[in-house]
Amino acid sequence: MSMVTLTINGQKVTVPEGSTVLEAAEKLGISIPTFCHDPNLTKPGACRICVVEVQGARNLPASCVTPVTGGMVVETHSAAVLEARRTILDLILANHPLDCLTCEKSGACKLQEYAYEYGVAGTTFDGERHDYPLDDSNPYIVRDMNKCILCGKCVRACTEIKGQHAVDFARRGFETKVSAPLDNPLGESECVFCNNCVTVCPVGALSDKQLLGKGRAFEVEKEPVTCTFCDAGCEFDVVKRKGKVLGVAAKAAAVGRPLCLKGRLGLDFIHNPGRVNPPLMKDDNGQWVETPWEAALGLSEVVAKLARLKD
Amino acid sequence: MKSLMDKCCDKCQSTVENQCQGYIKCRLEGPFCHQDEGCKEKRAAFLAGINIPAGSDKKKILICAGTGCISSGSLKVSDKLVEELEKAGLTGQVKVTTTGCHGFCEQGPIFIVEPQHVFYTRVQPEDVAEIVESHLKNGQVVERLLFHEPSTGQTVLEYNNVNFYARQQREVLHNCGHIDADSIDEYVANGGYLGLTKVLSGMSPTDVVEEVKKSGLRGRGGGGFPSGLKWQFTQQAAGDKKYVVCNADEGDPGAFMDRSVLEGDPHSVIEGMLICGYAIGADEGYVYVRAEYPLAIKRLTTAIEKAEQYGLLGKNILGSGFSFKLKIKAGAGAFVCGEETALLNSIEGLRGMPRPRPPFPAVKGLWEKPTNINNVETFANVPLIFRKGADWYAGIGTEKSKGTKVFALTGKVNNTGLAEVPMGITMREIIFEIGGGIQGGKKFKAVQIGGPSGGCLPENLLDLPIDYDSLTQAGAMMGSGGLVIMDETTCMVDLARFFLNFTQKESCGKCIPCREGTKRMLEILERICDGQGRQGDIETLERLGNTIKSASLCGLGQTAPNPVLATLRYFRSEYEDHINEKKCIAGVCSALLTYFIDEELCKGCSKCAKVCPAGAITGVVKEPYKIDTDKCIKCGACIDSCKFGAVKRG
Repeated sequence: MSMVTLTINGQKVTVPEGSTVLEAAEKLGISIPTFCHDPNLTKPGACRICVVEVQGARNLPASCVTPVTGGMVVETHSAAVLEARRTILDLILANHPLDCLTCEKSGACKLQEYAYEYGVAGTTFDGERHDYPLDDSNPYIVRDMNKCILCGKCVRACTEIKGQHAVDFARRGFETKVSAPLDNPLGESECVFCNNCVTVCPVGALSDKQLLGKGRAFEVEKEPVTCTFCDAGCEFDVVKRKGKVLGVAAKAAAVGRPLCLKGRLGLDFIHNPGRVNPPLMKDDNGQWVETPWEAALGLSEVVAKLARLKD
Repeated sequence: MKSLMDKCCDKCQSTVENQCQGYIKCRLEGPFCHQDEGCKEKRAAFLAGINIPAGSDKKKILICAGTGCISSGSLKVSDKLVEELEKAGLTGQVKVTTTGCHGFCEQGPIFIVEPQHVFYTRVQPEDVAEIVESHLKNGQVVERLLFHEPSTGQTVLEYNNVNFYARQQREVLHNCGHIDADSIDEYVANGGYLGLTKVLSGMSPTDVVEEVKKSGLRGRGGGGFPSGLKWQFTQQAAGDKKYVVCNADEGDPGAFMDRSVLEGDPHSVIEGMLICGYAIGADEGYVYVRAEYPLAIKRLTTAIEKAEQYGLLGKNILGSGFSFKLKIKAGAGAFVCGEETALLNSIEGLRGMPRPRPPFPAVKGLWEKPTNINNVETFANVPLIFRKGADWYAGIGTEKSKGTKVFALTGKVNNTGLAEVPMGITMREIIFEIGGGIQGGKKFKAVQIGGPSGGCLPENLLDLPIDYDSLTQAGAMMGSGGLVIMDETTCMVDLARFFLNFTQKESCGKCIPCREGTKRMLEILERICDGQGRQGDIETLERLGNTIKSASLCGLGQTAPNPVLATLRYFRSEYEDHINEKKCIAGVCSALLTYFIDEELCKGCSKCAKVCPAGAITGVVKEPYKIDTDKCIKCGACIDSCKFGAVKRG
């Protein structure tokens, strides 16, 4: 594979031909903000928060879709770039409910993160804001379209991974929104509740209903597991708080991690009071009695011998 | 022989499957493959029936059947003419041809008597009998239906002496209004498909690309990218399948040159696309026409059918081995689909949203195959380059902008319509000579060029030679060539608001700067027009405008702030007046106007009080009336009703 050398913020970096400026910057450890970019999905270059300055270019190209070229000179945090990013954040906030205090996404929200990073405390614009009703019609996903920044990740996750295409963009201009066919509620759509959209949403527009109100990103621990319900072996995160399992979330939107309902919801039996923990065996009277694991497995003698050897 | 395109006799061996290389030339000067004076005469007679020679006792009437003239009743005129000719027994002497657009729609229905070029305007069905009796039968021109020059008031007999046409250089539009668009015979009789013949009889694809490069042709759709270079990129792109796409999604308010070409000369676009297909190695093409152009779609469909029927589309065209098929895709009414990558998405059945570039369509276009996209006017230029030569073409225009450009003149100008002029002409010549000056003798204020993506030029730039680069430098752009002329009664803030309202509504919603940014700019402009402008609004507009320009994904967003930035550049004081003084000098922004009655002039006739829908005007008859400004809704009905000029606005 041929390699290309370019300069980013004064540092030289060599990456494979066909890489994007964003990937080259990542290699140097330079952090460029992104909303619509996801390595597992196609690249629309839509949100423009990742724009950079490229010497000789007329405009500010989006680093997530701009291929590197030899000798390219890139500035990722120049004055013009910062101005553009701050303006974009300002514009998003002009049409976003600033309810971070009660937002499920708080702590894991990209908008919150970048507003902090770029010092955008609020919006300088006053004007129309969307006032969509909360869409609670889906049994597993809650949609708050007022928080949607139209990055389109949910549309792509639904279309490209699951192939379901339950949602897409509708309308034009300021009225553009992500919508199920005929602007029906999500509960009446072709949604199969895979929750890939929830996983990729960078803001609080899409939430997992079963995790609602149970804790924010900084209050929970995530444990990667492989689902054993079937032989697909999907990987996902078990979300726990103070040791108690709250739910399961997809690790990322990708093929091979479809996260079916069985895998995600079958965890209910962990906390089922009827769930049996120690093994039971029938005694001579035909009654179930708690039995040690070694006895249940017929390994009592082996264990006894090992214990002796250990001593 | 029913058509000029048919074989003259059975000795002709050319078939649709195995077409003779000289097929087109044969139609004009043939036959070549055999000597037969009879055949030659048959062809000559056909040609003389199409282009009636001067001095002939026969006549040909051209009645415009473009969308504009049809709406002013030209088809009724044509029906009536056929009827009257029959009554007068002139059917054999006078041929009636319905044509495409003459570009002077405001004067429609247009009626031309050939070969004398007599130019009748605004002809109504009831005028037809007089024309037939007086002119066609007795040779007496009907004076009252001739065109009156607005500047001098004089009547003009021939259309080529009308200032509107005399100052033009109609190359691309040379057939528009002069041939029957549904007739392939008439296109061929006027040099059609000779460019293709030249290309397919010995030129290599690379020769073709070089010729286009040499001509200096640049894209007429807005960007002005050198067409030859674009063709070269597509030609050089690796791919087993390539496409040619014609962008006919003309959407700028007031611009209709592409529609006119498709309605008036559809074969020129087909010929241009064929030449492009040969050059880049494509065997398939699409014309993406907006569905709001039903007549253009109809005429193009007929033209494609005719071209297929005679083997100019299909397999082994002109015996060259080159094959090409052409399809029409009707757009669904989104302005953004004029952006080439959104257009490609739309053809593919996806939502019309632009794709990031690179990869450019030349590398990865329609269905990810290398694709060359040009607009209608660009393709219509191509046959001329090959028929008349790249050197001839490059001889027209300025150093970096060659050829002619069709402009759509609208707004407060006397002659509105389509004008084709050489690049480098000044705006003054277009507006005051071709356009006949400003309506009602008012004062010129500015011209908006390039539609909602362009900007305005003030009076002191009227003598700027117009080409791609000079316009960009002046903060406007060529765009598709829409020219909206404004006089002193146009408010520049209101104008910017109008165009931004358009782009905001047509934004596809994909990228944040365009979707959200134009919304906030529009809100600021609305409040300025509403008298609620604040200190700092101008600076915010400039800051936002520059970010939207530099950070947006596609051409729509990157040019959307232009009308605001250009008006701020040339008419900043109007913005300041609106914000600081709460004044609109043009008298447009109603929130900034108050209506009052001049007591000296008011005769107390009470008419204004009667028409006032808000009951804001009171008084005693024969004494001066008064307007209650709290009740006044500023509709202007009182001004229109007052015969004494006593009601004033300020």
